[in-house]
Amino acid sequence: MEFSITGGLIVALGGIFPAIAIGLIGSRAMEAIGRNPEAAGRILPAMLLGMAFAEAIAIYSLILAFTG
Amino acid sequence: MASLAPDVLIQLGPVPITNTLVNTVFIDALILIGVFFLARNIKKVPGTFQNIVEMVVDIFYNLTSSIAGKNAEKIFPYFLTFFLFILLSNWSALLPGAESIGFYPKETHVEESHEPTEKEIVTSNDHATPKDTHEEVAPSTTEKSHEKEEKHLISLNRNLTSDINATLALAIISLVATHMLSIKALGIKEYLGKFFSLNPILLFVGILELVSEFTKMISLSFRLFGNIYAGEVVIATISSLFAFLAPIPFMSLEILVGLVQALVFAMLTMVFMSVMMTSHHEQSH
Repeated sequence: MEFSITGGLIVALGGIFPAIAIGLIGSRAMEAIGRNPEAAGRILPAMLLGMAFAEAIAIYSLILAFTG
Repeated sequence: MASLAPDVLIQLGPVPITNTLVNTVFIDALILIGVFFLARNIKKVPGTFQNIVEMVVDIFYNLTSSIAGKNAEKIFPYFLTFFLFILLSNWSALLPGAESIGFYPKETHVEESHEPTEKEIVTSNDHATPKDTHEEVAPSTTEKSHEKEEKHLISLNRNLTSDINATLALAIISLVATHMLSIKALGIKEYLGKFFSLNPILLFVGILELVSEFTKMISLSFRLFGNIYAGEVVIATISSLFAFLAPIPFMSLEILVGLVQALVFAMLTMVFMSVMMTSHHEQSH
């Protein structure tokens, strides 16, 4: 198993902003659920959808780390 | 370490049979057998399997109709098909024995056994005579010490969604189905009016939307492929380090990731379909 420095750098730099974005989405969703616990069934799928969009950017950089 | 491209098992004329194609056939057979078994034995008081299926269909139909409104009947088959197919193929890689049965490729032995002959005749004459009699054993033991690259196991069955061709095909199907449903629901004039119009601002927005259709296709396929392929590589790496208790948390993470990614692919398809099927005047901002 060989380690590559460029691969590690690609993933590390490409994962900073998606991680922040996912944290922000999660925190706003927690706030909204705490304010209105009955709406949790409608907030949760929307939160998961938003998180998947944000995570996709990190996945693009992960693919480049394997091939580059 | 698993390779990025799928490995070709045999070549039937112009069509290469890869090991992910074998997995596709397994998943198809599983779904079709389940469906035929259920459709034959529908009872009024449902058994366990029928109960589970009814619950799944009910939950997803309520989700579809809450987002899509009156178009839910046309969108729902695509939604549930994508979800079930991708979910089953994501989870099928975690079963024991699903990816470990295979063979090592024999072609590298035949090709490289001719190269060390000159080196060995020069260095020592002891290896020359056994090479004539045992052609398979002696070159393989000497070339294992000579070769630097590692050979990896070609398994007979590999996870369908860890193949970029498969996820690209699924994304293209989803895109084409979205546009065809939109043409059917809106008519050609209004469908073209979404992208091209005479108002310059709307024309600019329309061209941007046209470009975003292509990025939708790329992002859908890459999201699914990246998640599942990265999970496969992580499990292979951990198993090569310490194979007994250490992969357990990674496999449970893989179960969760497989479920979420199938749900996300299907829900994105449904949301795009429902957005494309509502005309411009009915959309409330």
